Amino acid sequence: MAKRNSLSWNDKTREIIDKRLNVPREPRFLTPVEFAVLEAIADRIIPQPDDRPRVPLAALVDDRLVADVGDGYRSAGSPRLREAWRQGLAALETEMQARYDRSFTQLDPSTQDLVLKQMQKGELDHAAWGTMTAKEFFKSRLAHDIATLYYAHPAAWSEMGFGGPAAPRGYVRMGYNERDSWEAAEASEGKEDQARKDNARVGR
Amino acid sequence: MPVSAADPQKTPRAVEGRAPDVFRIGGWVPMRQYAESEEVDFAIVGTGAGGGTLACKLAEGGFSVVGFDAGAYWRPLEDFASDETEQSKLYWTDDRIVDGENPLQLGGNNCGKAVGGSTVHFAMVSLRFRPEWFKSRSVMGYGLDWPLDWREMWKYYAEAEEALKIAGPVTYPWGPKRPRYPYRAHEMNAAAHALAKGCEAMGIGWTETPLATVSAPRGLSSPCMYRGFCVVGCSTNAKQSALTTWIPRALKAGAEIRDLSMVGRVEVDASGKATGVHYLREGAWRFQRAKNVVVAGYAIETPRLLLNSANPQFPNGLANSSGLVGKYLMTQSNQAVWGLSKDEVRSYKGPPSLALTEHWNYDDKKDFFGGYAYMSQGPLPAMWAKTQMSSRQLWGAELVRSMQDYNHVVGLKMVGEMLPQERNQVVLTGEKDQYGLPVPKVTYSWCDNDKAMIRHALGFMRQAMEAIDAHDIFDQDDDTNHLYGTARMGDDPRSSVVNADCRSWDIPNLWICDGSVFPTTGGVNPSLTIQAIACRTGDRIKAMARRGEL
Ligand SMILES: Cc1cc2nc3c(=O)[nH]c(=O)nc-3n(C[C@H](O)[C@H](O)[C@H](O)COP(=O)(O)OP(=O)(O)OC[C@H]3O[C@@H](n4cnc5c(N)ncnc54)[C@H](O)[C@@H]3O)c2cc1C
Ligand code: SF4
Repeated sequence: MAKRNSLSWNDKTREIIDKRLNVPREPRFLTPVEFAVLEAIADRIIPQPDDRPRVPLAALVDDRLVADVGDGYRSAGSPRLREAWRQGLAALETEMQARYDRSFTQLDPSTQDLVLKQMQKGELDHAAWGTMTAKEFFKSRLAHDIATLYYAHPAAWSEMGFGGPAAPRGYVRMGYNERDSWEAAEASEGKEDQARKDNARVGR
Repeated sequence: MPVSAADPQKTPRAVEGRAPDVFRIGGWVPMRQYAESEEVDFAIVGTGAGGGTLACKLAEGGFSVVGFDAGAYWRPLEDFASDETEQSKLYWTDDRIVDGENPLQLGGNNCGKAVGGSTVHFAMVSLRFRPEWFKSRSVMGYGLDWPLDWREMWKYYAEAEEALKIAGPVTYPWGPKRPRYPYRAHEMNAAAHALAKGCEAMGIGWTETPLATVSAPRGLSSPCMYRGFCVVGCSTNAKQSALTTWIPRALKAGAEIRDLSMVGRVEVDASGKATGVHYLREGAWRFQRAKNVVVAGYAIETPRLLLNSANPQFPNGLANSSGLVGKYLMTQSNQAVWGLSKDEVRSYKGPPSLALTEHWNYDDKKDFFGGYAYMSQGPLPAMWAKTQMSSRQLWGAELVRSMQDYNHVVGLKMVGEMLPQERNQVVLTGEKDQYGLPVPKVTYSWCDNDKAMIRHALGFMRQAMEAIDAHDIFDQDDDTNHLYGTARMGDDPRSSVVNADCRSWDIPNLWICDGSVFPTTGGVNPSLTIQAIACRTGDRIKAMARRGEL
C-alpha cells in the first residue's frame, strides 16, 4: 500500500482498491445466518495472521454476490452464482445438523477442516445438495471465490511479495534476482536487516 | 480524476457522431453514423480479431460498415486498473453451461466482451501456422484440409504482422522464410530465460516470442513497459489489440461502431437472403438493415446466434444445411508444468510469454497426430492461487504457505492441437440469459490422441524443468485454451458451413469471419491467423464486388 500514491498506481486502480478496502462489513446479499457460516468457512480456507487487520473475506464474497457477475460458465447441474452459494451453504448446514446436530460454525476448527476436506473429495452427500455436488461447490465456488478474492487484496500481495499494481510505471529489471527499487526485497536468512532497509525505500 | 460520469458498461459511448478516442483520457474521435433504415453494405456482429479486422478492411475498401459489439467501448488509459478482479469487466461472463468428460473453462480464459473482442485482454502471442496444417489430412494424415493455400496465407500473415507492428526475433527458427518482424523483439524476463535454458539442456530450439505489443513508440502507443497485466487489459496502449489498431482505422475510413449492442437474431427474408440484424441497445430491441451480414462473435456466440435465428425456412438455424453449425468445437490443450527456482524469478514482470518453443510442432517423430508449442509463463496472484487449488488441491494454511513462493515460480505451458470431434459442440438450452436469449450448453471431451499429446507434453516439459534444477515440480492438467470450430470452412457444402471466403454456403449474403471457421486448430495461438483470414476475406469481398458477385 506504500505505493498507492506512486507512479505504480493509476487513478482507476486507486479508485477500485479503495472501494475494495472499504467494502461494507455487513451482509447485503446473504442472510446474517448464511454470512456467519461463510465467515467460519473463510477462516479455514484462508487462515489469517493475528498481527494485521483481517481481510474481510465473507464481506468480499457477499460483495461479489451483490454485483452478481458469474465466471462465464457453470457445470451442468450447478445453478448460477447466487443460487449456487445459497444452495451450497444451506446443504452444508443441513448435513452438519444431520451429522453433528449443530451448525458448521459451532464445530471446532479441526472438525471444520475435516468437513471441508470431505466436501473437497465429494464425501458430503446429503440429499440437500441436489444436482450440485459438494465437490463441485467446493471447487468452483467456495474455495475458488474465497481464495481468488483474498489474493486480489493488497494485504495478500504484500504477504507473497507480489509487486502489485504497476501502471503507468512498469518495470525495468526483468532478469533473475533483479529487482526494481520500487519492488519489495526478499528477506533471506541472516539478511533480514538488509531487506528491511531496502524495503523502507520501496513506495517511492 | 474520475473522468466520465456515465458507466461505459451501462451507457453507450459511441453515439452522436463520435466514438471514444482510445489514446486520450476523455478524448473523442469523429464517427460516421448510419440510419437504421439505411441498408448498409455490411452489418458486422462482433468487433474482435475477426470482426474488427474485417470492419477495417471493408471500410477502407469503400463499403458502408456498422460493427456491433455487446461489450463496452473502453479507453484503456482511464478505464483499466492494474487489477485482476476489476478487469473481469472485459470478460464474457454471461451464463453458459458446460458438460462432457472434460468440461471447458470459459469466461476470462478465452472469451472477451468489449469493442476489440478478446484481443483487449489477450496475451499477444502472434504466430503463423505451420504450412502443412492447412492440408493436415492429405499431407499429415489427420484432421481435415483447409480450403486455403499456405502461400497465399503467408502474404496475409505479413499484412497482419505489419498492421500490428509485431515485435519478434530477427530470424524465426521454424518453418519457411518469413519477413523480418516490424519491431525488434522484447527483452526476455527471467521466466523466459528459464524456458531457454531448459530447451538448450534438452537440445531443442527456442525463440523470443513474436508479440503484439510494441517495443518502440508507434504513433500514440508508447512502448511496452513490462507491467505484466496484459491478460487483464493493457492500460498503457502498448498492446496492439483490435481496439487500438483495426478499429481506429475503421472509424477513420467511415465505419460506425455500436457498443453495448447485443445482436439476438439475423433476419432472413422469403427469398432466403439476410436483410439485417435485430439488436438490443439501451433497453430496446432495434433493427438495422443491411445488404450483407457478417457474424464474428467467436466459437460459442457465432453458432448461438445462427441457431437462434432459425425461422420456418431454416428451422435448424441459419447456414446449417450441413448440420454442422455448433459442431466440431475445438479448444487447445493448455496443460502446464510448474516448479520453483532457487533464484528470484518474479515472472509477473513483462508480458506473460516472452519465450517459446515450437519444436514439437515441426518434429514429426511422435506417436500422436498434431503438434504443440510451449511457452514461459507469468501468472498473476489470483490466477496462481486458482492453479494451486485446482492442480494441487491446496487450501488453508498449505495454500497460504505455498503462495509465498510466488516470486520463485517458473512454469512452462503448452498450446496443443486438439482434434476435431463431432460430439464436441454448442447447443441451445431452454434457459434464458439476461437478454432473454437461450443459454448455450458447451460439451467437451478429449479423444485418445488429445490425451496422448498431453502426456507427451507434460513429460517433456517436466524433463525441461528438471534440467534447470527446478524443485517442487507439479503438473497442471486441467485448463482451457482458445476456441475454434462450430462453423468450419471447407470445399464442400455438405461438410462445411462456409467456403474459403468465409461466405456461407446456404445464404449468399451471410458471412462468418472469426475463430469458428477453423477446421483444425494447429499448435499455435489463433489470433494472427484469424486476422490474416479476415484480411484475405476483405480483399476477396472487394474483388467479388468489382466483378458484381456479391
Ligand atoms: C486471456 C486470453 C489470452 C489470449 N492470448 C492469446 C495469445 O497470446 N495469442 C493469440 O493468438 N490469441 C490469444 N487469445 C485468443 C484470441 O484473443 C482469440 O482467439 C481471438 O480474439 C478470437 O477472435 P474472434 O474474432 O473470433 O472473437 P473475439 O475477439 O472474442 O470477438 C468477438 C466479439 O464479438 C462480440 N459478440 C459476440 N456475440 C455477439 C452478439 N450476438 N452481438 C454483439 N456482439 C457480440 C463479443 O462481445 C466480442 O467482443 C487469448 C484469449 C484470451 C481470452
Ligand atoms: S507488459 Fe506491456 S503489453 Fe503487457 S500490460 Fe504491460 S505495457 Fe501492456
